[in-house]
Amino acid sequence: MKSDSTSIAIGVITVVLLVAAPFLPNWAMSLANVALCYGTVVLGMMLLMRTGLVSFGHGLYYCLGAYAAGMIDQMLKLPDMALMVAAAAAATAVVSAILGLLLARYRDIFFAMLSLAFSMILYGLLVKSSSLGSTDGFNISAKTIVGIAVADDARRYAGYGITVVMTMLSALLLNRYLRSHRGRLAEAIRDNELRVEYMGSSVRSTVHLHYVISAVLAGIGGAMMAINIGHIDPEMTYWPQSGEFVFIAILSGTGNVFAPLGGALVFETIRSFAYEYSPNTWQMVLGITMLIVMIFLPGGLWSLIQRRKAA
Amino acid sequence: MSHLIAVLIDGTIYASWLFVIAVGLTLIYGVMKILNIAHGSLYALGAFTAVTFCNAWFAHGYPALGSFAMLGLAAIAVGLVAGPVIERGLLRFMYGKDEVVLVLVTYALFLILEDVIKLVWGVDPLFVQGPNGESPYALLGNFEISGLNYPNYSLLLIGVAVATGAALTWVLTRTKAGKLLIAVIHDREMSAALGIDVGRTYFVTFTVGAMLAAVGGALTAPTVSVVTGMGAEVIVVAFAVVVIGGLGSLPGAALGAFIVGMVRAASIHFAPELELFSVYLVMAVVLIVRPKGLFSGAEVRKI
Amino acid sequence: MILDAQGLNRSFGAVTAADNICVAVEQDSVVGLIGSNGAGKTTFINMVTGYLKPNSGSIRFEGRDITALKPRRITQLGICRSFQIPQLFNTMTVAENLMVGVGIIVSAGGGWASSSQRKVEPAKAVTAMLEQFGLEAYRDRQAGLLPEGTRKLLDIAMAMVVRPRILLLDEPTSGVSADEKFVLMDRVMAAVREGNVTVLFVEHDMEVVLRYTHRVLAFYEGRIIADGDPVVVLDDVEVRRFVIGDHAPKQAGGAARHA
Repeated sequence: MKSDSTSIAIGVITVVLLVAAPFLPNWAMSLANVALCYGTVVLGMMLLMRTGLVSFGHGLYYCLGAYAAGMIDQMLKLPDMALMVAAAAAATAVVSAILGLLLARYRDIFFAMLSLAFSMILYGLLVKSSSLGSTDGFNISAKTIVGIAVADDARRYAGYGITVVMTMLSALLLNRYLRSHRGRLAEAIRDNELRVEYMGSSVRSTVHLHYVISAVLAGIGGAMMAINIGHIDPEMTYWPQSGEFVFIAILSGTGNVFAPLGGALVFETIRSFAYEYSPNTWQMVLGITMLIVMIFLPGGLWSLIQRRKAA
Repeated sequence: MSHLIAVLIDGTIYASWLFVIAVGLTLIYGVMKILNIAHGSLYALGAFTAVTFCNAWFAHGYPALGSFAMLGLAAIAVGLVAGPVIERGLLRFMYGKDEVVLVLVTYALFLILEDVIKLVWGVDPLFVQGPNGESPYALLGNFEISGLNYPNYSLLLIGVAVATGAALTWVLTRTKAGKLLIAVIHDREMSAALGIDVGRTYFVTFTVGAMLAAVGGALTAPTVSVVTGMGAEVIVVAFAVVVIGGLGSLPGAALGAFIVGMVRAASIHFAPELELFSVYLVMAVVLIVRPKGLFSGAEVRKI
Repeated sequence: MILDAQGLNRSFGAVTAADNICVAVEQDSVVGLIGSNGAGKTTFINMVTGYLKPNSGSIRFEGRDITALKPRRITQLGICRSFQIPQLFNTMTVAENLMVGVGIIVSAGGGWASSSQRKVEPAKAVTAMLEQFGLEAYRDRQAGLLPEGTRKLLDIAMAMVVRPRILLLDEPTSGVSADEKFVLMDRVMAAVREGNVTVLFVEHDMEVVLRYTHRVLAFYEGRIIADGDPVVVLDDVEVRRFVIGDHAPKQAGGAARHA
């Protein structure tokens, strides 16, 4: 089994993050959690972008994953973290497999708009459903992990732990996939779909597959976020949430699986500090940053690292 | 029966409102190939500016009817200021980039403008209201149809929509400037090669589009509580209208507005649970049947 | 007979792009398709490769009816094409471009690629193709930045990656400078002969046609007006009139030229 520097780095960082857990102050652990959850979602966005598609509605799966996790707690009364993440993955896999049949036929603006439409359909459904708490959403509380009960004060460590493990595992698997023959088709499709078809490979089935993978990643991210924050509401699928994911994807670049993770960390750090400092200007800061990145660094922050490697 | 009439009237009012907002959006896309998310912010800017102008007007004790002129003035002011600043200051440098990249640029712009609004007007909801409760909305009184009461203000809205549509159609088909615009819509490079000043066309188009968004906002201001977040709400519905009708098509915007207006009115009356997403459902259905919207051009051979 | 097209008809509104086209191609032959623009050559290729469906008629490949199949399926069956405007993966290097094709074969689901094809070592296969087409020097260059002649060569190499039995080339030397065109065609024909491939190519350059083809089909207004030996076809009265552009018939004397 060939291992590359990225896979090794993933392993090392996983260990570091887990070992550091007892020493992290609350704010650092929260920041890491959000960065990792967002990072997982953006890993999916990255896969889609490498395939030439930008989804403006990934909040759909992020939210779906969170609600799936929530329903495991609320309706099945089985507040198990592992089960929640699994449920999120299953739910998003099924929904995306179906929606993907339609969406895989669209590109560019229409793909973006259609994905936006579906995320707003979910929003409308959730807001109107009083059993799910309507606009308030509801709280969830995970009490066990793989059946093992977790003490109340250790719960945040368990949440952090599962977040670290799932995110890094996703990054590892995605990295492996992108280096495979099938994974390389992503950029080929982005560059020239016609040529891919005329070489005997089905563009639609690859796009569909990538759509489903990205949806599952978003669902897992949503579930982990729900576990860590303890609350779920329809805002998770409101379009600005999807916009944030797109923003982080642009900020990060698509060069490597670490890009979305790093980008999410940068984003969340800027957001936390900007919000603390001046709650009425953090969006402006975000917007200006995005413009700067898009104009001067179209490859995202990762392209800075790539340049240094090449030099 | 009265339900049906209510749906028709509600639908027409809502459709008029949608048309005014969507037509600027589709125009900008048609000419500049930019799907402008910041259109929502321009709408909001129009609303907030209208509040400021109208309330100042009322505070000075001027005749209440003049507040309508204030609405118009607000829209024009926003269009003439925000339009050129955005187009010359930012968009001009982005032409030629990928369509999706342009959308993201307008998204960044949207984020920036949302905070500009917060900084200037604060975060509390505002109302177009004079110190003695004067309001352009109440000023016009009501009319009645088969037992249902409607404010005459809605007629103003319908009137503005019709006038806008007529004016734009006339400009596009009867004037030289309009014909040049249509040339640019079809092929920017070719138009430039023929000597059409594409830069100026873009400038004028964006300014007009911004003004139209602001008109929508200004007209809406007296009927709602003006609050941040109204831009975000509006833009998704505007997108739905424009995509349904076909990006860049004026008749498409009208048809899209009509369909969305009727669908929403119908769902409010007959199936309120569906209200919020009925619009997006229609958009999804339309895109399935006609992948590029109802009024879309023919496909060209690629190889 | 590896390819048999019978009674192909295709029109676009009032324009007849194909009018009762009947073509039977022998295995391992090299066939040139000539004709002025709009005569129907590219339409013919587009129908064979599945991009267009004929209004009527049939196309059989090794006895199998491929008329209504999708381009992807036809590629999988063994018919590949190159394009007038090279269709490459512009952000990838030349080697990566070829690797995509090799990767598709190696991971071909549904078993459409033969097991021997699937067992190739990808890196070696790519290097072999680079050598075969004389592209080693460009191995790590970005495809989008290559000179036009090289892009055309790469486009043809991409069509060969999936080891087709029939190769259709759409104007392989258009856009290629005069001194490079024979170099390009020599390379392509060498690779073709190595792979036992039947070739059909559309060409406007009669020198290329004369030099490489065994047989020439001349198109005009959707019909085939001449079919046979290259020298004979290029001398044909109608071909000279409608394709090559000579108005006066060729005669030993030359007196008719002044008519």
